[in-house]
Amino acid sequence: MSRSTIRSGDPKKVSTDLFCLTYGSLVSQLLKDSDTPEDVNKQLERMGYNIGLRLVEDFLAKTASPRCLDFKDVAEKIQSAFKMYAGITPSIVNWSSASDEFSLVLDNNPLIESVELPDNLLNLKYCNILPGIIRGALEMVQIEVNAWFVQDYLKGDATTELRVKFIKKLEEALPPGED
Amino acid sequence: MVDDIFFDFLHIEMVNVFCPQNANDSKEINVSKLEEIGFMTGYRFSEKSTKDCQRFKDELDVMKFICKEFWSSLFKKQIDNLRTNHQGVYVLLDNKFRFLTQTSNGKQYLDLLPKYLAFTCGLIRGALSNLGIVSIVTAEVVVSPSCRFQVQVQRT
Repeated sequence: MSRSTIRSGDPKKVSTDLFCLTYGSLVSQLLKDSDTPEDVNKQLERMGYNIGLRLVEDFLAKTASPRCLDFKDVAEKIQSAFKMYAGITPSIVNWSSASDEFSLVLDNNPLIESVELPDNLLNLKYCNILPGIIRGALEMVQIEVNAWFVQDYLKGDATTELRVKFIKKLEEALPPGED
Repeated sequence: MVDDIFFDFLHIEMVNVFCPQNANDSKEINVSKLEEIGFMTGYRFSEKSTKDCQRFKDELDVMKFICKEFWSSLFKKQIDNLRTNHQGVYVLLDNKFRFLTQTSNGKQYLDLLPKYLAFTCGLIRGALSNLGIVSIVTAEVVVSPSCRFQVQVQRT
């Protein structure tokens, strides 16, 4: 019997496995290289930022979405981007009264499949690449935001909650990005 | 499901972090870290992808598995050509290697390309290591985007 007929699993799942494992190996290598988990958090955020700068181009090319009119619009776009790239649909909750701040609740986050944090790494924000991506991507469309985790499933919270806060609209003339 | 392009960008970013463009002196060390990440990934990934397989008959059988199933689960295509001298050296040729398809297909960036191969070398070495074969894997770009991986099996 040829082996190809008994290939495991469904082909779509493969890239998730590959991505999770690669990300895990990357985080563990960064931990080996740096002194504190805080450095790793920063490094991951910076990597995410750089990925976001590129990812937004891909997103715009594939969806041909128009400019966002308000921050609610932005939230929905982020939600659909999560669906496109990570295969999950986070729910948008906890809008602030001024509508400039919302939370994304990530159930079954693919990044943390088969991940468990050891006790000495409670300061590590394992998924810190995600807020970086959001910040980088939005910066390319002239929106400055802050993004951070308020709840983390890996640290015993019921779910993973990512908070996004609108800072300001970047002016058209301003060159995008600082390093 | 994670989109492929997300993975490609992560790979580019890993290369940027571990092999920054301006650090020429410490190049060796940095490539080895990328290779190590690949090794860890390949080691674990091969466990998932072989769980429904029959037992391998011999070394060649393992190499065929790497070229077909393993490669297609990584890059959605098979290795185009496998050659061996039957003494532990295998040459795997991929005519359209995914991490190179977005780069120039001329000679323009030839000297920058090797660092985009280190991770994949590690992947192969890790997978082989989990299947009981200790090896050294090297890679070279023939004409971008075609790329040749050489596996040298270490016997003791």
